[in-house]
Amino acid sequence: MSETLTFALTKGRILEETLPLLKAAGIEPLEDISKSRKLVFETDQPGVRLLILRGSDVPTYVQFGAADMGISGKDTLMENGADGLYEPLDLNIARCRLMTAGIKGVPRKSGRLRVATKYVNIAKQYYATQGRQTDMIKLYGAMELAPIMHLADEIVDIVDTGNTLRANGLEARELIADISSRLIVNKASMKMKHARIQGVIDAIAEAVANPA
Amino acid sequence: MTYADRWLLPDGVEEILPNEARPIEDLRRRLVDLYGTWGYDLVIPPLLEFTDSLLIGLGSDVDLLTFKMTDQISGRTLGIRADITPQTARMDAHTFQREGVNRLCYAGHVVHARPKNPLATRTPIQAGVECYGEPGSSADIEVISLLLESLKVANLPRLHIDLGHVGIYRALAKAAGLSREQEDFFFELLQRKAATEIRIWVSEQITDSAMAELFLALPNLAGDREALARARALLAPVGAEAVAAIDQLDEVAGVIAERYPEAELYFDLGELRGYHYLTGLVFAAFAPGYGNPIASGGRYDHIGEVFGRARPATGFAVDLSAISKLGLLSNGERAAILAPSDSRDKALWQAIQALRAEGERVVCADPGSAKSLHCDRRLVAHNGGYDVEPLA
Repeated sequence: MSETLTFALTKGRILEETLPLLKAAGIEPLEDISKSRKLVFETDQPGVRLLILRGSDVPTYVQFGAADMGISGKDTLMENGADGLYEPLDLNIARCRLMTAGIKGVPRKSGRLRVATKYVNIAKQYYATQGRQTDMIKLYGAMELAPIMHLADEIVDIVDTGNTLRANGLEARELIADISSRLIVNKASMKMKHARIQGVIDAIAEAVANPA
Repeated sequence: MTYADRWLLPDGVEEILPNEARPIEDLRRRLVDLYGTWGYDLVIPPLLEFTDSLLIGLGSDVDLLTFKMTDQISGRTLGIRADITPQTARMDAHTFQREGVNRLCYAGHVVHARPKNPLATRTPIQAGVECYGEPGSSADIEVISLLLESLKVANLPRLHIDLGHVGIYRALAKAAGLSREQEDFFFELLQRKAATEIRIWVSEQITDSAMAELFLALPNLAGDREALARARALLAPVGAEAVAAIDQLDEVAGVIAERYPEAELYFDLGELRGYHYLTGLVFAAFAPGYGNPIASGGRYDHIGEVFGRARPATGFAVDLSAISKLGLLSNGERAAILAPSDSRDKALWQAIQALRAEGERVVCADPGSAKSLHCDRRLVAHNGGYDVEPLA
């Protein structure tokens, strides 16, 4: 029996950049993922399946062994913890920065800060290393609104071009981490399907290092 | 408080119902019997102890896992055991000293203040062995063999053992002159094989380029036995300590491979569970479909030091709760015999007792419950006595 291999991926821009990497490892979906509403896709390799998930769910599937490998943003891995996972490869795609931001020109207030973010754990930890006491406000989107409406003093969010911040009168302040997508592997899968998985990692690493 | 809140159990706290309890108990008995045939004496350590003895030697991981409370008698802090190993170490050092080798085994609940990993129970049942007083590889080989026997008893389809040695990374850290903080930080990266972070850290912290190469290579020193040959060639410049550790791994793996040709041996020289208290060979067993080890162990030669008797020590613990979740254990229960519930009938009582003495399961109940009680036969009056006949 040939070993099965399950990949957890995310729809959207990251998928477009991921598929060529998988192709380099000889894995191609049998149908066009972007045109289907299915969640599980067979590939040209027997036993190799692709799952299409929400980005923040990818580490969960891989952690619990529901998928052997996956592609996940470093921000998600930092926020949710990466126990039970390996992150052997930086895919150099979906690059951005995780930063603090506040209203342009307004100096940071002293004392306790109110911070709005969807990255509660990362933010709490970051401000703690800066010696700042904070209150976290968990939001799910449109962080930029929080300082404008005086809900928060600062926000912690992903910054790509910085256009959204500027358009709302905010400025990026401190860099918390550079973010990119990582290949992640379940620890037990890495051990028990080592030859197969290492082959895939090596092929993708080659494609990342020498893009066609 | 709603009605539902009254019967809900806390997160990760488990009650084990009959169809799971019986197989777990069955496995527990068979393991304790197995360890007995290898000369391991059963001990039953207490559920709680002073944290002073419970936490010492195993580092902060166990500290966070331990529920604590104040002892109303002594005023000292008590902990509910999160691991049984320190308890047996205390026994070996004080309450049950033996000259020469002391072999102990145990089986029981431990309690974790928070789940060890996201899906784990906080009340796992563990069984394990500890071998004190034997410094040589023979003890490591013995306990790894016994672990493989345990996996066979548990009916695992694949015998997969992960082997490593903390001496290799420790020697490398020493040769590079890492501070304790640096050693711990890189160790964390190593556990995740976090390639990017490892590259950045090495370029910032390790100035010697030959040494930097070794740090970058360490996460990839994994795979089958060929990985050991690669490691030996690569790590020879680090010094005799590292090479000795690799040689010991090779020696142990050689014997295990010979004894258990069906076992899959996987080596990982970077991943080291329990690095902070282990001192030599480390190992773990994995099962398909379960992301965490179902058994793990290793050598921890210094743990007895805090009890005033440092002794060579090696052992392992098997996670019976995790094995049970794999669904491989058979429910060895026999179907029951349904008997009438007439407590004044003496002949009936004698017939029932005779069947029970033979090991049959006999339940007195009304015929309507035969199905829910898993009865496949019944006891019927016949010629003044009682006969067993099949239930239609």
